[in-house]
Amino acid sequence: MTRDEITTGLAEILEEVAGVTPDDVAEGKSFTDDLDVDSLSMVEVVVAAEEKFGVKIPDNEVQNLKTVGDAVSYIEAQS
Amino acid sequence: MAHTDVVVTGLGATTPLGGDVASTWDAMLNGQSGVSALTPDWAEQLPVRIAAQLAVDPAELLDRVKLRRLDRSEAIAIIAANQAWADAGLADSGLDPERLGVSVGSGIGGALTLLAQDDILEASGPRRVSPHTIPMLMPNGPAAWVGLELGARAGVHCVASACATGAEAITLGLDMIRAGRADVVVAGGTEAVIHQLPIAGFSSMRAMSTRNDEPEKASRPWDKARDGFVLGEGAGAIVLERADHAAARGARVYARLAGAGITSDGYDIVQPHPEGAGAVRAIAKAIADADIDRGDITHVNAHATSTPVGDLAEIKALRQALGDHPVLTATKSMSGHLLGAAGALESIATILAIRDGVVPPTINLDDPDDGLDLDVAANKARHLEIPAALNNSFGFGGHNVALVFTRA
Repeated sequence: MTRDEITTGLAEILEEVAGVTPDDVAEGKSFTDDLDVDSLSMVEVVVAAEEKFGVKIPDNEVQNLKTVGDAVSYIEAQS
Repeated sequence: MAHTDVVVTGLGATTPLGGDVASTWDAMLNGQSGVSALTPDWAEQLPVRIAAQLAVDPAELLDRVKLRRLDRSEAIAIIAANQAWADAGLADSGLDPERLGVSVGSGIGGALTLLAQDDILEASGPRRVSPHTIPMLMPNGPAAWVGLELGARAGVHCVASACATGAEAITLGLDMIRAGRADVVVAGGTEAVIHQLPIAGFSSMRAMSTRNDEPEKASRPWDKARDGFVLGEGAGAIVLERADHAAARGARVYARLAGAGITSDGYDIVQPHPEGAGAVRAIAKAIADADIDRGDITHVNAHATSTPVGDLAEIKALRQALGDHPVLTATKSMSGHLLGAAGALESIATILAIRDGVVPPTINLDDPDDGLDLDVAANKARHLEIPAALNNSFGFGGHNVALVFTRA
Protein backbone atom coordinates (compact mmCIF):
# COMPACT_ATOMS: atom_id res chain seq x y z
CA MET A 1 0.00 0.00 0.00
CA THR A 2 1.46 3.40 -0.98
CA ARG A 3 1.66 6.38 1.35
CA ASP A 4 -1.00 8.12 -0.74
CA GLU A 5 -3.35 5.16 -0.37
CA ILE A 6 -2.83 5.13 3.40
CA THR A 7 -3.48 8.90 3.56
CA THR A 8 -6.67 8.46 1.57
CA GLY A 9 -7.77 5.67 3.91
CA LEU A 10 -7.07 7.85 6.96
CA ALA A 11 -9.01 10.70 5.37
CA GLU A 12 -12.05 8.43 5.02
CA ILE A 13 -11.81 7.49 8.71
CA LEU A 14 -11.34 11.11 9.79
CA GLU A 15 -14.40 12.16 7.81
CA GLU A 16 -16.55 9.41 9.32
CA VAL A 17 -15.38 9.85 12.91
CA ALA A 18 -14.70 13.57 13.22
CA GLY A 19 -16.28 15.23 10.19
CA VAL A 20 -12.92 16.29 8.75
CA THR A 21 -13.11 17.36 5.09
CA PRO A 22 -11.02 14.80 3.12
CA ASP A 23 -9.28 17.52 1.08
CA ASP A 24 -7.87 18.96 4.33
CA VAL A 25 -6.05 15.73 5.16
CA ALA A 26 -2.36 15.86 4.20
CA GLU A 27 0.82 14.40 5.69
CA GLY A 28 1.94 17.69 7.23
CA LYS A 29 -1.33 18.26 9.14
CA SER A 30 -1.47 17.88 12.92
CA PHE A 31 -4.46 15.85 14.15
CA THR A 32 -5.19 18.15 17.08
CA ASP A 33 -4.00 21.57 15.93
CA ASP A 34 -4.96 21.49 12.24
CA LEU A 35 -7.79 18.96 12.00
CA ASP A 36 -9.49 19.57 15.40
CA VAL A 37 -9.49 15.88 16.34
CA ASP A 38 -9.93 15.69 20.10
CA SER A 39 -8.58 12.92 22.34
CA LEU A 40 -11.73 10.77 22.31
CA SER A 41 -12.08 11.02 18.55
CA MET A 42 -8.38 10.10 18.21
CA VAL A 43 -9.14 6.85 20.03
CA GLU A 44 -11.84 6.13 17.47
CA VAL A 45 -9.49 6.97 14.60
CA VAL A 46 -6.84 4.59 15.94
CA VAL A 47 -9.27 1.69 16.40
CA ALA A 48 -10.75 2.25 12.93
CA ALA A 49 -7.25 2.45 11.40
CA GLU A 50 -6.24 -0.82 13.06
CA GLU A 51 -9.23 -2.48 11.47
CA LYS A 52 -8.83 -0.87 8.05
CA PHE A 53 -5.10 -1.46 7.66
CA GLY A 54 -4.76 -4.70 9.66
CA VAL A 55 -2.18 -3.27 12.05
CA LYS A 56 -1.79 -2.85 15.82
CA ILE A 57 -1.29 0.65 17.20
CA PRO A 58 -0.57 0.39 20.94
CA ASP A 59 -1.67 3.25 23.20
CA ASN A 60 1.94 4.23 23.98
CA GLU A 61 2.54 4.75 20.24
CA VAL A 62 -0.50 6.94 19.75
CA GLN A 63 1.08 9.90 21.58
CA ASN A 64 3.89 9.89 18.97
CA LEU A 65 1.46 10.19 16.08
CA LYS A 66 1.18 13.99 15.99
CA THR A 67 0.63 14.40 12.27
CA VAL A 68 -1.08 12.48 9.52
CA GLY A 69 2.41 11.76 8.14
CA ASP A 70 3.45 10.19 11.48
CA ALA A 71 0.46 7.85 11.27
CA VAL A 72 1.11 7.00 7.63
CA SER A 73 4.73 6.12 8.43
CA TYR A 74 3.74 3.95 11.38
CA ILE A 75 1.09 2.09 9.38
CA GLU A 76 3.45 1.70 6.40
CA ALA A 77 6.13 0.16 8.65
CA GLN A 78 3.67 -2.25 10.29
CA SER A 79 1.83 -3.47 7.20
CA MET B 1 -43.07 34.08 53.27
CA ALA B 2 -43.36 35.91 49.99
CA HIS B 3 -41.37 34.13 47.29
CA THR B 4 -39.45 35.61 44.39
CA ASP B 5 -41.83 35.69 41.44
CA VAL B 6 -40.81 33.19 38.72
CA VAL B 7 -42.26 33.18 35.22
CA VAL B 8 -42.05 31.01 32.11
CA THR B 9 -40.59 32.83 29.11
CA GLY B 10 -39.70 30.03 26.70
CA LEU B 11 -40.95 26.59 25.63
CA GLY B 12 -39.34 23.80 23.63
CA ALA B 13 -40.25 20.21 22.84
CA THR B 14 -39.81 17.35 20.44
CA THR B 15 -42.49 14.71 20.93
CA PRO B 16 -44.42 11.90 19.26
CA LEU B 17 -46.97 14.55 18.26
CA GLY B 18 -44.60 17.02 16.61
CA GLY B 19 -41.06 18.26 16.25
CA ASP B 20 -41.74 21.46 18.17
CA VAL B 21 -44.15 23.02 20.66
CA ALA B 22 -46.53 24.53 18.08
CA SER B 23 -47.06 21.29 16.15
CA THR B 24 -47.35 19.27 19.38
CA TRP B 25 -49.96 21.66 20.80
CA ASP B 26 -51.94 21.67 17.53
CA ALA B 27 -51.98 17.88 17.52
CA MET B 28 -53.16 17.83 21.13
CA LEU B 29 -56.00 20.26 20.51
CA ASN B 30 -57.05 18.15 17.52
CA GLY B 31 -57.02 14.96 19.59
CA GLN B 32 -54.37 13.18 17.54
CA SER B 33 -52.61 10.06 18.77
CA GLY B 34 -48.83 9.75 18.54
CA VAL B 35 -48.90 6.00 19.07
CA SER B 36 -48.04 3.59 16.27
CA ALA B 37 -46.84 0.05 15.62
CA LEU B 38 -43.21 -0.83 16.35
CA THR B 39 -41.66 -2.11 13.15
CA PRO B 40 -38.11 -3.27 14.08
CA ASP B 41 -37.53 -7.04 13.92
CA TRP B 42 -36.92 -7.19 17.66
CA ALA B 43 -40.49 -6.13 18.33
CA GLU B 44 -41.88 -9.36 16.92
CA GLN B 45 -41.10 -11.41 20.02
CA LEU B 46 -42.48 -8.83 22.49
CA PRO B 47 -45.92 -8.86 24.08
CA VAL B 48 -46.02 -5.08 23.46
CA ARG B 49 -45.47 -3.99 19.86
CA ILE B 50 -46.60 -0.35 19.98
CA ALA B 51 -45.00 2.90 21.14
CA ALA B 52 -45.22 6.67 20.78
CA GLN B 53 -42.17 7.39 18.63
CA LEU B 54 -40.75 10.82 17.88
CA ALA B 55 -42.47 12.65 15.02
CA VAL B 56 -39.15 14.13 13.86
CA ASP B 57 -35.95 12.13 14.12
CA PRO B 58 -33.04 14.06 15.71
CA ALA B 59 -30.88 13.10 12.71
CA GLU B 60 -32.93 15.60 10.67
CA LEU B 61 -31.82 18.44 12.94
CA LEU B 62 -28.36 17.68 14.31
CA ASP B 63 -25.05 17.21 12.57
CA ARG B 64 -24.06 13.57 11.91
CA VAL B 65 -20.67 13.81 13.62
CA LYS B 66 -22.17 15.50 16.68
CA LEU B 67 -24.83 12.78 16.89
CA ARG B 68 -22.09 10.13 17.15
CA ARG B 69 -21.30 11.55 20.60
CA LEU B 70 -24.89 11.85 21.80
CA ASP B 71 -27.27 9.34 23.25
CA ARG B 72 -30.70 9.81 21.71
CA SER B 73 -31.94 11.22 25.05
CA GLU B 74 -29.14 13.81 24.95
CA ALA B 75 -29.77 14.77 21.32
CA ILE B 76 -33.44 15.48 21.91
CA ALA B 77 -32.75 17.33 25.16
CA ILE B 78 -30.47 19.66 23.20
CA ILE B 79 -33.14 20.14 20.52
CA ALA B 80 -35.86 20.99 23.06
CA ALA B 81 -33.59 23.29 25.08
CA ASN B 82 -32.39 25.17 22.00
CA GLN B 83 -36.00 25.74 20.96
CA ALA B 84 -36.92 27.04 24.42
CA TRP B 85 -33.84 29.26 24.47
CA ALA B 86 -34.66 30.80 21.09
CA ASP B 87 -38.35 31.10 22.04
CA ALA B 88 -37.38 33.09 25.14
CA GLY B 89 -35.38 35.51 23.05
CA LEU B 90 -32.29 34.87 25.15
CA ALA B 91 -29.90 34.08 22.31
CA ASP B 92 -28.36 37.57 22.06
CA SER B 93 -29.66 39.02 25.29
CA GLY B 94 -26.28 39.40 27.00
CA LEU B 95 -27.37 37.19 29.90
CA ASP B 96 -24.49 36.59 32.32
CA PRO B 97 -23.66 32.85 31.96
CA GLU B 98 -22.93 32.72 35.69
CA ARG B 99 -26.61 33.54 36.28
CA LEU B 100 -27.85 30.77 33.95
CA GLY B 101 -28.62 27.30 35.30
CA VAL B 102 -29.83 24.01 33.85
CA SER B 103 -32.04 21.37 35.44
CA VAL B 104 -32.76 18.55 33.00
CA GLY B 105 -33.47 15.02 34.13
CA SER B 106 -34.13 11.62 32.67
CA GLY B 107 -36.00 8.70 34.13
CA ILE B 108 -33.77 5.96 32.78
CA GLY B 109 -30.79 7.71 31.16
CA GLY B 110 -28.63 6.52 28.28
CA ALA B 111 -29.98 2.97 28.10
CA LEU B 112 -29.87 2.83 24.29
CA THR B 113 -26.13 3.55 24.42
CA LEU B 114 -25.53 1.03 27.20
CA LEU B 115 -27.33 -1.69 25.27
CA ALA B 116 -25.74 -0.86 21.90
CA GLN B 117 -22.24 -0.78 23.36
CA ASP B 118 -22.86 -4.03 25.21
CA ASP B 119 -23.73 -5.60 21.85
CA ILE B 120 -20.39 -4.33 20.49
CA LEU B 121 -18.54 -5.59 23.57
CA GLU B 122 -20.03 -9.06 23.22
CA ALA B 123 -19.50 -9.25 19.47
CA SER B 124 -16.11 -7.55 19.03
CA GLY B 125 -14.43 -7.16 22.41
CA PRO B 126 -13.63 -4.26 24.71
CA ARG B 127 -11.32 -2.36 22.35
CA ARG B 128 -14.25 -1.70 20.02
CA VAL B 129 -16.35 -0.06 22.74
CA SER B 130 -16.74 3.63 21.89
CA PRO B 131 -14.74 6.16 23.93
CA HIS B 132 -17.94 8.22 24.01
CA THR B 133 -19.84 5.48 25.88
CA ILE B 134 -19.63 6.97 29.38
CA PRO B 135 -20.61 10.57 28.56
CA MET B 136 -23.41 9.14 26.42
CA LEU B 137 -24.93 6.91 29.10
CA MET B 138 -24.34 8.96 32.26
CA PRO B 139 -27.65 10.21 33.66
CA ASN B 140 -26.40 13.80 33.88
CA GLY B 141 -25.41 13.71 30.21
CA PRO B 142 -28.50 15.50 28.87
CA ALA B 143 -28.22 18.30 31.47
CA ALA B 144 -24.49 18.61 30.83
CA TRP B 145 -24.95 18.85 27.05
CA VAL B 146 -27.68 21.46 27.40
CA GLY B 147 -25.39 23.40 29.73
CA LEU B 148 -22.58 23.20 27.16
CA GLU B 149 -24.85 24.32 24.32
CA LEU B 150 -26.04 27.37 26.27
CA GLY B 151 -22.84 28.06 28.20
CA ALA B 152 -24.61 27.78 31.56
CA ARG B 153 -22.34 28.37 34.55
CA ALA B 154 -24.69 28.71 37.53
CA GLY B 155 -24.92 24.94 37.95
CA VAL B 156 -26.11 22.07 35.79
CA HIS B 157 -28.30 19.54 37.55
CA CYS B 158 -29.86 16.18 36.81
CA VAL B 159 -32.91 15.07 38.72
CA ALA B 160 -34.02 11.45 38.56
CA SER B 161 -37.39 10.47 40.00
CA ALA B 162 -38.72 8.10 37.33
CA CYS B 163 -41.93 9.43 35.78
CA ALA B 164 -41.91 12.50 38.05
CA THR B 165 -38.48 13.57 36.77
CA GLY B 166 -39.53 16.35 34.38
CA ALA B 167 -41.73 18.01 36.99
CA GLU B 168 -39.17 17.63 39.75
CA ALA B 169 -36.49 19.14 37.50
CA ILE B 170 -38.78 22.16 37.08
CA THR B 171 -39.19 22.48 40.85
CA LEU B 172 -35.41 22.46 41.23
CA GLY B 173 -35.23 25.29 38.68
CA LEU B 174 -37.81 27.19 40.70
CA ASP B 175 -35.78 26.64 43.87
CA MET B 176 -32.57 27.83 42.18
CA ILE B 177 -34.15 31.13 41.20
CA ARG B 178 -35.91 31.62 44.53
CA ALA B 179 -32.64 30.93 46.37
CA GLY B 180 -30.88 33.55 44.27
CA ARG B 181 -28.51 31.07 42.61
CA ALA B 182 -29.68 31.92 39.08
CA ASP B 183 -31.80 34.45 37.17
CA VAL B 184 -32.69 32.01 34.39
CA VAL B 185 -32.94 28.22 34.46
CA VAL B 186 -33.62 25.93 31.50
CA ALA B 187 -35.57 23.07 33.06
CA GLY B 188 -37.22 19.92 31.81
CA GLY B 189 -36.85 16.25 31.04
CA THR B 190 -35.88 13.84 28.30
CA GLU B 191 -36.40 10.15 27.59
CA ALA B 192 -35.54 7.83 24.71
CA VAL B 193 -35.66 4.17 25.64
CA ILE B 194 -37.79 2.57 22.96
CA HIS B 195 -35.89 -0.72 22.86
CA GLN B 196 -36.77 -4.30 23.58
CA LEU B 197 -35.18 -4.46 27.05
CA PRO B 198 -37.07 -1.56 28.72
CA ILE B 199 -40.25 -2.70 26.98
CA ALA B 200 -39.74 -6.27 28.17
CA GLY B 201 -39.09 -4.99 31.69
CA PHE B 202 -42.18 -2.82 31.83
CA SER B 203 -44.31 -5.54 30.28
CA SER B 204 -43.05 -8.09 32.77
CA MET B 205 -44.50 -5.75 35.40
CA ARG B 206 -47.78 -5.97 33.46
CA ALA B 207 -47.70 -2.17 33.32
CA MET B 208 -48.04 -1.71 29.56
CA SER B 209 -50.96 -1.82 27.18
CA THR B 210 -50.97 -4.81 24.84
CA ARG B 211 -53.56 -3.35 22.50
CA ASN B 212 -51.23 -4.04 19.58
CA ASP B 213 -53.95 -4.16 16.94
CA GLU B 214 -55.20 -0.64 17.67
CA PRO B 215 -52.14 1.50 18.57
CA GLU B 216 -54.03 4.79 18.49
CA LYS B 217 -56.59 3.50 20.97
CA ALA B 218 -54.08 1.91 23.37
CA SER B 219 -53.52 4.88 25.69
CA ARG B 220 -56.93 5.47 27.27
CA PRO B 221 -56.73 6.98 30.76
CA TRP B 222 -59.85 6.49 32.93
CA ASP B 223 -61.58 4.38 30.27
CA LYS B 224 -62.97 1.04 31.50
CA ALA B 225 -61.00 -0.83 28.84
CA ARG B 226 -57.59 0.66 29.73
CA ASP B 227 -54.90 -1.96 30.15
CA GLY B 228 -51.67 -0.09 30.85
CA PHE B 229 -49.48 2.74 29.60
CA VAL B 230 -47.90 3.23 26.18
CA LEU B 231 -44.18 3.98 26.17
CA GLY B 232 -43.25 7.25 24.49
CA GLU B 233 -40.05 9.13 23.76
CA GLY B 234 -39.38 12.84 23.66
CA ALA B 235 -38.04 15.88 25.45
CA GLY B 236 -39.50 19.07 26.85
CA ALA B 237 -37.80 22.19 28.20
CA ILE B 238 -39.09 25.42 29.68
CA VAL B 239 -37.24 28.62 30.43
CA LEU B 240 -37.85 29.77 34.01
CA GLU B 241 -36.91 33.34 34.73
CA ARG B 242 -37.05 35.73 37.67
CA ALA B 243 -40.09 37.89 36.90
CA ASP B 244 -38.32 41.23 37.28
CA HIS B 245 -35.47 39.97 35.08
CA ALA B 246 -37.98 39.04 32.38
CA ALA B 247 -39.77 42.36 32.73
CA ALA B 248 -36.53 44.34 32.49
CA ARG B 249 -35.71 42.83 29.12
CA GLY B 250 -39.30 43.05 27.87
CA ALA B 251 -39.67 39.29 27.54
CA ARG B 252 -42.93 37.65 26.55
CA VAL B 253 -44.33 35.80 29.58
CA TYR B 254 -46.42 32.64 29.09
CA ALA B 255 -47.39 32.06 32.72
CA ARG B 256 -46.13 32.15 36.28
CA LEU B 257 -44.78 29.08 37.99
CA ALA B 258 -46.53 30.04 41.21
CA GLY B 259 -45.85 27.02 43.37
CA ALA B 260 -44.60 23.49 43.69
CA GLY B 261 -45.12 20.61 46.10
CA ILE B 262 -43.05 17.46 46.46
CA THR B 263 -43.75 14.47 48.70
CA SER B 264 -42.74 10.82 48.88
CA ASP B 265 -45.11 7.96 49.65
CA GLY B 266 -42.97 5.75 51.87
CA TYR B 267 -45.35 3.00 50.82
CA ASP B 268 -44.17 0.79 47.94
CA ILE B 269 -41.40 0.83 45.36
CA VAL B 270 -43.82 0.77 42.40
CA GLN B 271 -47.46 0.71 43.56
CA PRO B 272 -49.10 4.08 44.09
CA HIS B 273 -50.77 4.56 47.46
CA PRO B 274 -54.35 3.35 46.84
CA GLU B 275 -55.87 6.55 48.26
CA GLY B 276 -53.22 8.76 46.71
CA ALA B 277 -52.19 10.07 50.13
CA GLY B 278 -48.80 11.31 48.96
CA ALA B 279 -50.40 12.99 45.97
CA VAL B 280 -52.93 14.79 48.21
CA ARG B 281 -50.11 16.19 50.31
CA ALA B 282 -48.11 17.25 47.24
CA ILE B 283 -51.09 19.11 45.77
CA ALA B 284 -51.84 20.81 49.09
CA LYS B 285 -48.22 21.90 49.41
CA ALA B 286 -48.19 23.29 45.87
CA ILE B 287 -51.37 25.31 46.50
CA ALA B 288 -49.98 26.65 49.78
CA ASP B 289 -46.66 27.46 48.09
CA ALA B 290 -48.50 29.33 45.34
CA ASP B 291 -50.53 31.16 48.00
CA ILE B 292 -53.78 30.87 46.04
CA ASP B 293 -57.23 29.54 46.78
CA ARG B 294 -57.82 26.01 45.54
CA GLY B 295 -60.96 27.29 43.84
CA ASP B 296 -58.75 29.28 41.45
CA ILE B 297 -57.48 26.04 39.94
CA THR B 298 -59.97 25.32 37.18
CA HIS B 299 -57.88 22.82 35.20
CA VAL B 300 -55.66 19.83 35.99
CA ASN B 301 -53.27 18.11 33.61
CA ALA B 302 -53.32 14.77 35.40
CA HIS B 303 -50.56 12.19 35.59
CA ALA B 304 -53.10 9.51 34.48
CA THR B 305 -51.03 7.01 32.52
CA SER B 306 -53.83 4.57 31.56
CA THR B 307 -53.03 1.98 34.24
CA PRO B 308 -55.95 0.40 36.11
CA VAL B 309 -54.86 1.32 39.66
CA GLY B 310 -52.98 4.61 39.22
CA ASP B 311 -55.64 6.48 37.27
CA LEU B 312 -58.28 6.08 39.98
CA ALA B 313 -55.93 6.72 42.91
CA GLU B 314 -55.22 10.11 41.34
CA ILE B 315 -58.94 10.86 41.00
CA LYS B 316 -59.40 10.21 44.72
CA ALA B 317 -56.44 12.46 45.48
CA LEU B 318 -57.72 15.27 43.27
CA ARG B 319 -61.20 15.13 44.78
CA GLN B 320 -59.75 15.33 48.27
CA ALA B 321 -57.14 18.01 47.57
CA LEU B 322 -59.03 20.23 45.13
CA GLY B 323 -62.72 19.38 45.19
CA ASP B 324 -64.87 18.54 42.19
CA HIS B 325 -64.76 21.77 40.17
CA PRO B 326 -61.62 21.49 37.96
CA VAL B 327 -61.75 20.20 34.40
CA LEU B 328 -59.23 17.38 34.00
CA THR B 329 -57.33 16.02 31.08
CA ALA B 330 -54.76 13.30 30.46
CA THR B 331 -52.63 14.28 27.49
CA LYS B 332 -50.81 10.93 27.73
CA SER B 333 -53.84 9.59 25.86
CA MET B 334 -52.24 11.29 22.83
CA SER B 335 -48.51 11.55 23.56
CA GLY B 336 -48.04 8.22 25.29
CA HIS B 337 -46.01 8.17 28.49
CA LEU B 338 -42.71 10.01 28.09
CA LEU B 339 -41.45 8.82 31.52
CA GLY B 340 -38.79 11.34 32.59
CA ALA B 341 -39.97 13.87 30.01
CA ALA B 342 -43.67 13.54 30.88
CA GLY B 343 -43.73 16.24 33.55
CA ALA B 344 -41.99 18.66 31.21
CA LEU B 345 -44.26 18.05 28.23
CA GLU B 346 -47.35 18.18 30.44
CA SER B 347 -46.17 21.42 32.06
CA ILE B 348 -45.94 22.88 28.55
CA ALA B 349 -49.50 21.67 27.82
CA THR B 350 -50.68 23.17 31.12
CA ILE B 351 -49.02 26.52 30.38
CA LEU B 352 -50.53 26.68 26.90
CA ALA B 353 -53.96 25.69 28.25
CA ILE B 354 -53.77 28.73 30.54
CA ARG B 355 -52.58 31.00 27.72
CA ASP B 356 -55.21 29.88 25.21
CA GLY B 357 -58.08 29.23 27.63
CA VAL B 358 -58.57 25.71 26.32
CA VAL B 359 -58.27 22.24 27.85
CA PRO B 360 -56.82 19.66 25.45
CA PRO B 361 -58.87 16.47 25.19
CA THR B 362 -58.41 13.05 26.76
CA ILE B 363 -58.88 10.82 23.75
CA ASN B 364 -60.20 7.25 23.84
CA LEU B 365 -62.35 8.01 26.88
CA ASP B 366 -65.33 6.16 25.40
CA ASP B 367 -66.61 4.34 28.46
CA PRO B 368 -65.58 6.17 31.65
CA ASP B 369 -64.64 4.00 34.61
CA ASP B 370 -67.17 3.95 37.44
CA GLY B 371 -64.59 5.50 39.75
CA LEU B 372 -64.23 8.57 37.53
CA ASP B 373 -66.44 11.10 39.30
CA LEU B 374 -64.68 14.27 38.15
CA ASP B 375 -65.16 16.30 34.97
CA VAL B 376 -62.83 15.36 32.12
CA ALA B 377 -62.53 17.03 28.70
CA ALA B 378 -63.33 13.72 27.04
CA ASN B 379 -62.46 13.32 23.36
CA LYS B 380 -62.86 17.02 22.54
CA ALA B 381 -60.96 20.14 23.56
CA ARG B 382 -62.95 22.44 25.82
CA HIS B 383 -62.79 26.22 26.18
CA LEU B 384 -62.39 27.33 29.76
CA GLU B 385 -61.22 30.31 31.80
CA ILE B 386 -58.05 29.12 33.49
CA PRO B 387 -56.62 31.57 36.03
CA ALA B 388 -54.58 28.75 37.58
CA ALA B 389 -53.87 25.13 36.68
CA LEU B 390 -52.25 22.11 38.28
CA ASN B 391 -49.89 19.59 36.72
CA ASN B 392 -49.37 16.30 38.56
CA SER B 393 -46.51 13.85 38.11
CA PHE B 394 -45.87 10.64 40.01
CA GLY B 395 -43.01 8.19 39.69
CA PHE B 396 -41.92 4.68 40.60
CA GLY B 397 -40.26 5.00 43.97
CA GLY B 398 -43.22 6.88 45.42
CA HIS B 399 -42.34 10.34 44.08
CA ASN B 400 -45.18 12.89 43.93
CA VAL B 401 -44.76 16.30 42.34
CA ALA B 402 -47.46 18.93 41.87
CA LEU B 403 -46.87 22.20 40.00
CA VAL B 404 -49.20 25.21 40.04
CA PHE B 405 -49.04 27.58 37.08
CA THR B 406 -51.04 30.81 37.01
CA ARG B 407 -51.93 33.32 34.31
CA ALA B 408 -49.18 35.86 33.66
